[in-house]
Amino acid sequence: MVTVRFTSTLREFTGQDEVEIDAPNVRRLIRLLDERWPGLGERLTDGMSIAINGEIIPDAEFEDLPDGAEVHFITAIAGG
Amino acid sequence: MTVTDDPTTNPGYKWVGTRPIRPDGLDKVTGKAQFSADLVLPNMIEGAVARSPHAHARIVSIDTSVAEAMPGVQAVITGADFPDLAEAGAPAADVRESKKIIARDKVLFEGHPVAAVAATTRQEAQKAAAAIVVEYEVLPHALTVSEAMAEGAPVLHDDLITANVEPTPETASNVASRAVQQRGDLDEGFAAADVVLEHRYTTKPVHQGYIEPHAAVADASQNGRVNLWFSSQSPFDIRATTAKLIGCSPSRIKVTPAEIGGGFGGKTVAYVEPIAAMLSRKANRPVRVVMDRHEVFLATGPTSGSVTNDGKITAADIWMAFEAGAFPGSPVGAAAMTAIACYDVPNFFIEGFDVVVNKPKVAAYRAPGAPIIAFGVEGLLDELARAIDMDPIELRLANAAEEGVQAPYGPVHPRIGMVETLEAIRDSDHYRSPVPEGCGRGVASGFWFNIGGNSVATVNVHEDGNVSVIYGSPDIGGSRASMALFAAEELGIDVERVTPHIADTDTIGHTDVTGGSRVTLSAGKVVVEACRMIKDDLRRRAAKTWDCDLDEVDWVDGQAQHVSGTESPLSLAALAGKAGRTGGPISATYTENVRGAGAGFSTQLVDVRVDEETGQTEIVRYTTAQDAGKAIHPSYVEGQMQGGVVQGIGWALNEEYIHRADGTLDNPGFLDYRIPVASDLPMIETIVVEVPNPNHPYGVRGVGEVGIVPPMAAIANAIDRSTECRLHDLPMSPVRLLSAINDRDARD
Repeated sequence: MVTVRFTSTLREFTGQDEVEIDAPNVRRLIRLLDERWPGLGERLTDGMSIAINGEIIPDAEFEDLPDGAEVHFITAIAGG
Repeated sequence: MTVTDDPTTNPGYKWVGTRPIRPDGLDKVTGKAQFSADLVLPNMIEGAVARSPHAHARIVSIDTSVAEAMPGVQAVITGADFPDLAEAGAPAADVRESKKIIARDKVLFEGHPVAAVAATTRQEAQKAAAAIVVEYEVLPHALTVSEAMAEGAPVLHDDLITANVEPTPETASNVASRAVQQRGDLDEGFAAADVVLEHRYTTKPVHQGYIEPHAAVADASQNGRVNLWFSSQSPFDIRATTAKLIGCSPSRIKVTPAEIGGGFGGKTVAYVEPIAAMLSRKANRPVRVVMDRHEVFLATGPTSGSVTNDGKITAADIWMAFEAGAFPGSPVGAAAMTAIACYDVPNFFIEGFDVVVNKPKVAAYRAPGAPIIAFGVEGLLDELARAIDMDPIELRLANAAEEGVQAPYGPVHPRIGMVETLEAIRDSDHYRSPVPEGCGRGVASGFWFNIGGNSVATVNVHEDGNVSVIYGSPDIGGSRASMALFAAEELGIDVERVTPHIADTDTIGHTDVTGGSRVTLSAGKVVVEACRMIKDDLRRRAAKTWDCDLDEVDWVDGQAQHVSGTESPLSLAALAGKAGRTGGPISATYTENVRGAGAGFSTQLVDVRVDEETGQTEIVRYTTAQDAGKAIHPSYVEGQMQGGVVQGIGWALNEEYIHRADGTLDNPGFLDYRIPVASDLPMIETIVVEVPNPNHPYGVRGVGEVGIVPPMAAIANAIDRSTECRLHDLPMSPVRLLSAINDRDARD
C-alpha cells in the first residue's frame, strides 16, 4: 500500500488531499488512479515528475514502489 | 571563504577542492578557442534571416522572387519549405516550436523569422533578406500579462484553451495554463496572525545577456546526413528539435558542440540551427548563420515579466501571472513551487497563470521563475520583519526549512543547508560590521531545486598512463576542470595527467542539457563511476601480473599495491604500457539517469547607498553565502555565485525591455539595455557553505542557478532601509527611485 498526496491542481481534480492505493510500481499506480479519476492518468504523465519517499525521479514510469511509500506528483523541473 | 558543515563527511581530498587552471583556459585567453561563428568550411556560404517588423500580424503573402535573383543568392526558404507538423499530426508542442523557428500564417512578435537566405557573402544574404516582400495584415497586440488577460484582448492562438481549470473553458484565450500549490487552511492561518501584509509586485522581462550571439554552421550536403556545429547548452535536445523541424531522424544529424560564450539558460533551445540546416539542404553547400546583437534581443528568449500579489509568513496567499512570450511555457509552475520553499509555512494557496504575449518565447534563465517570485516574497518578509521589529535574519531562521520539513511542492526535505546559509551571513564580517554611513542594508534568501538527469562518461587510459575523460555536457562554467579533478581524485594521479573532452553527438551517448545546475552532479557522478570501473580493471590486471587473488590488490595513490608488500607497486603507466597483455585497452564507459539532486539555498547581504538627488543606487558591499554541497573547484563555484549576483544586480537596478506603442522594442542593444559592468560593482564576497548532498559520492549539490534568486529582493530591502521607499516594481532604476523619493518627500 502506498500513499499518494495531492498538492497542486491535482488536489482540485481529485477533490482530496491523499489516497492510499495498493500498487507495486508507478505504471500500475497511474493506471489505478486513472480508473478512479478518469482523465487523471494523462495529467500524471504529461510533464510530471514523481517523488517517491522524498526523492524526485524525472522518468519514473518503471519504478517499483516500496510498501508504505509516500508519493507526490510534481511538475517536471528543468533549469537554466 | 568556505564553511564546511561536517568535517567528518569531507575527507582530506588531494585534488577535489583545489584550484588548478582550467584545461580550456589558455585557448580562451589567447583567442584560439573555436566558437561557432569562428568555423569556416570549404565552399561555405552565409545565411541571413528576414524577420517580422510587427508584434502581431497575419502573413498575407511572401514574395521571394526578387531576392532569389539577386547576386550571390544560393537559396531562399520560408515556412513552406519545412514539413507541416500540424498536418502531420505532431504534438502541439512540436507544432508551436516549428512556428517559433519560422512563422507560417502569423507573426507573433517583432523579430519573428519569416524567411531566410543563403548567399556567397553575409552582405549579399542580408541584402536579399531585406528584398523579400511580405504583405502583412497588422493585428492588435498584447505585450504584458495585464493586457493579454484583459477582457477583449487580442488572442494570439485560436486553439489555446486554458489547462488545469475546471470546467475546461470553451473559448480560446491568452492564458495557457494554471498552476497551483496548496496546503492547510488559509483562513485559519490568517486568523491566527498578528500582522497581515499584502502587496502587488511587478518585474520586467530581462535578457540572459550572454556575450556570444547565437550562431550555427550546417552542412547538409553529405549523403543525406547533416553535420551541425553550434554553441549551446543542449546539443542533443537541439539536434532533436532540428530533426523534427527539417524532417529527419535525430541520428542523421551529428552535432559538434562549439565553445560557448555564456548561456544562463538562454541556449537550451533552438533558434538558427534548423534554419541553417534547411538552407544548407536547399543550397547543397555548408551554410553559416550568425545572429547579431539586435537579432538576439528581438528574437531569443528573455525571462518572464510578471505580476504577483502576496500574503504573510504564517499563511501565504500568492497570485501571479507570468509572461510566456508568444508561445506557452513560462516558468510559472516552478515559481509556484519555489515561492516559499525556503520556509516552513503551514497554510498556503499559491496560484499562477502562464500567459502568452506578443514577445519572443521566453527561455530559461538561471533558476527560471524563482527570482521573480522571490522579489515579492523576500521583500514582503522584510516588511514583516520591520513591522514586528525583528532582525530579518532571525525572522528567517525562525521559519527556515530544514531536514524533515515538507516542501511546499510536496516531498519532505532531506538534509539541506538553508539554515547554514543564514548562519553564515549572520556570522560574517559584513553583517557584524556597522552599516556604513548613509547606506541601507538588505538581506534575502533563495531556493532552487537543482536537477540530475542523463549523463555518460568514457574514461580512456593511454599507454603512457595519462587519462582522457570524455563526456557530453558543453562546458559553460568550468566543468572540464571539475571532471578532471574527479578523475584525478579517483585514480590517484596528478590532475595535469587528465584531459577532459566534450564529445559530439555521434561519439557520446545521449546527454541532457547543461542546465538545472546538474553537470557537476550528474556528469561528475558518471565520471566517478567510470573511474571506479577503471580502478577495478587495473586491480584485476595487477592481480593477473602478480598471479594473485584480486582481493590481495589495493589501488592506492595511483598505483596497484599488493597487500603483503611483497611486490613492487605497479603504476598506472606501468599497467597501461602492458594493457595488450592483460586484457586489451583500458577503457570504461558508465551511463546513468542520475538522481539524488540536492536542493540549493543562498542567503545574500547587501549595503547600498542611494543618491537622493539622482535616484542612482550604488552597491557598496555585497556578500553571498550559498550551499554548494561540496565545492569541487572552489574558484568556479565562487564565480557562479558572483555571476548570479551580478546578473541579479542588473535585473534589480537597470535591465528591462522597453517597447514602443506599436509593440516594437526600443532598446535592442547593450547601449540602451544596460547590464552591470565591472566599474559598477564592488568585489562580490563569497561564502561557500558545504552541507554535503547525501546522495552524491562527493556531496555535490550544484551551484549555477540559486545565486540569482535573492539579489532583487535583497537590494529592494536595502533601498527601503536606506530611503524609506519600498519599491514593488522592477527595475529600481534612477527614474523610478527618484519618483518614489519625491512621493516620500511630498508625504512628509
